[in-house]
Amino acid sequence: MVDITAKLGRLKLDNPTVLASGILGVTKASLKYVASNGAGAVTMKSVTVEPRAGHHAPIILTYEGGMLNSVGYSNQGIKEAKKEFISLKDVGAPVIASITAGSKKDFAFLAEQVNEMGFAAVEAVISCPHTPGFGTMAGQGTPDSTREITAAVRDKTKLPLFVKLSPSVQGIGEVAKAAEDAGADAITAINTGGPGMIIDVKTGKPILGGTVGGLSGDALRPIAVRCVYDIYKSVRIPIIGTGGVMTGEHAAQMILAGASAVGIGTAVYYRGADVFRKVCDELQGVMKEAGYKNIYGMRGMAHEE
Amino acid sequence: MKSELPITLPVEKVIDEAEGVKSLIFRHKLDAKPGQFLMVWIPRVDLKPFGVSYLEEGSFGITVCKVGPTSEKLCRAKKGDLLGIMGPYGKPFTLEGRRIILVAGGYGAAPLFPLAEEAKKKGITTTFIIGAKSESYLIYRERAKKAGINTIITTDDGSCGRKCFTTDALEDALKAGGIDKVYSCGPEIMLKKVAELCRRHQVKCEVSMHRYMKCGFGVCGSCSVDDQGFPLCKKVVLTGEEALRIKEFGQHSRDASGTKQPFAR
Ligand SMILES: Cc1cc2nc3c(=O)[nH]c(=O)nc-3n(C[C@H](O)[C@H](O)[C@H](O)COP(=O)(O)OP(=O)(O)OC[C@H]3O[C@@H](n4cnc5c(N)ncnc54)[C@H](O)[C@@H]3O)c2cc1C
Ligand SMILES: Cc1cc2nc3c(=O)[nH]c(=O)nc-3n(C[C@H](O)[C@H](O)[C@H](O)COP(=O)(O)O)c2cc1C
Ligand code: FES
Repeated sequence: MVDITAKLGRLKLDNPTVLASGILGVTKASLKYVASNGAGAVTMKSVTVEPRAGHHAPIILTYEGGMLNSVGYSNQGIKEAKKEFISLKDVGAPVIASITAGSKKDFAFLAEQVNEMGFAAVEAVISCPHTPGFGTMAGQGTPDSTREITAAVRDKTKLPLFVKLSPSVQGIGEVAKAAEDAGADAITAINTGGPGMIIDVKTGKPILGGTVGGLSGDALRPIAVRCVYDIYKSVRIPIIGTGGVMTGEHAAQMILAGASAVGIGTAVYYRGADVFRKVCDELQGVMKEAGYKNIYGMRGMAHEE
Repeated sequence: MKSELPITLPVEKVIDEAEGVKSLIFRHKLDAKPGQFLMVWIPRVDLKPFGVSYLEEGSFGITVCKVGPTSEKLCRAKKGDLLGIMGPYGKPFTLEGRRIILVAGGYGAAPLFPLAEEAKKKGITTTFIIGAKSESYLIYRERAKKAGINTIITTDDGSCGRKCFTTDALEDALKAGGIDKVYSCGPEIMLKKVAELCRRHQVKCEVSMHRYMKCGFGVCGSCSVDDQGFPLCKKVVLTGEEALRIKEFGQHSRDASGTKQPFAR
């Protein structure tokens, strides 16, 4: 029997699949629904200080290579979220709070707010590629900015702290190192790439309501695997390998590159909400065939000479 | 590999249905069944869900009730304007039984009309209860007459048909007996009443339930229902019992940010 339990620092998971932020997960009930489909942990849709309606639709498109989204951080805002995400034990899997903001001060404020809500960890997202005022559009994701935001959040929370990075940076290992130095307990890599654009040729207009959108799914996977590989070389903390994981084979690639757990988002579209269970089953098969007994023994093996 | 991208089509015809209600007809072979919906795109403006209300060989249409900025713009669309459609999404109604009743409130008649036509084609005895605030808001009265569909009209103010709620007319029919199945779409308070009446009379029913929908295909989560948490857009059409199991049914929906909005009573 292969053992697929996973560990992210002191956080123990029944299996390595983690619902990535922003795919379903907008309400407690929605998180529960995903957990009931086999996810080892679930991440809530990112919360901001104020409520946000997000970009006009279309907010999600898919094409031959993957998905583009310009959701634009729609969420209830922290005040309503504190009423929504209560008694999180009912969810049936560890719940990761996802916080995002345009400034260090707001990040610190949000970290303080989510502290006592029963979350298993908090993820600071500094990497959205398509929402003005946030992520890469706010200059976040440089080593300096990463260090500052991570330290500000670290100062306000004792929860395990994950920092979620963008692939659109030079030297992602260096950015991850800055997060580790400032007190991060794990790195989530990666957020969507691009941004990209799709134009309707009959009207001549970009289709997404936000004009541009973050790229996820199949097209992102090789980049995500490479990012995890680079980060593994730079830090000692665990990595949640996220980006284009659709199958157990893809999850295995992430673990071999250095991930301790795998984030899954876009695959919900291609394979249904029970993709978590499917990926776990397939991963066990892949591990068995390759002779790995557990995730720990498989992690980072792509780096061995 | 499947993809979700709008197909852009010119509006073929605009039909004036009632005060603030227009239908837009497109020439296109749409692979849809009664009960399914489309996401309709106004380039550079927005994309919103609308039921398929006209479904014929080689053409289809939607019926838009003016309630806000996007529906207002759709109601101003002219022949030749380019709009995009994504879908169809959701599950269709399951047509069964020998005697059925369709209960529509307001624009709820939209997804039910193609079902009435299909039922008629199959020789199923159909009664279409169409309700509105008053006569000027009533849709499909002429259309039903032309199609030979038996209707019962109800208005809140009695300006046309019976002065009562659609559910009062339904209750009378259920009491009279012999009904195999009820299908309904409209304001949620009405849907809940329909589902409860059908439960009481032990008659099967299906309701088309709506939530704020941004994607239509089960990814964004904006249509997740409490307590089960599944995305409603993957279904939309639910059995009465399924709907009654949803804790928020008739209680609240959510807006674009996900904030709860109680239904007005
Ligand atoms: C599955 C489904 C089928 C529908 N079918 C029809 C139909 O056949 N005919 C029809 O006239 N209307 C239909 N609607 C409702 C229609 O989508 C809204 O009236 C429309 O989106 C309003 O947009 P607006 O910008 O004009 O109004 P807004 O000012 O944005 O909103 C007015 C009202 O419409 C609701 N609404 C706004 N956006 C959405 C959205 N994305 N999803 C759901 N509700 C929304 C709001 O909650 C509010 O109550 C359907 C809705 C759903 C979910
Ligand atoms: C529709 C959609 C919404 C997303 N929203 C968020 C978000 O709110 N916060 C966040 O950190 N990442 C968000 N992401 C990024 C995902 O969490 C994930 O990092 C990315 O999509 C790559 O993984 P995937 O290919 O498995 O989807 C979103 C992605 C998608 C597709
Ligand atoms: S509308 Fe996006 S999940 Fe239902």
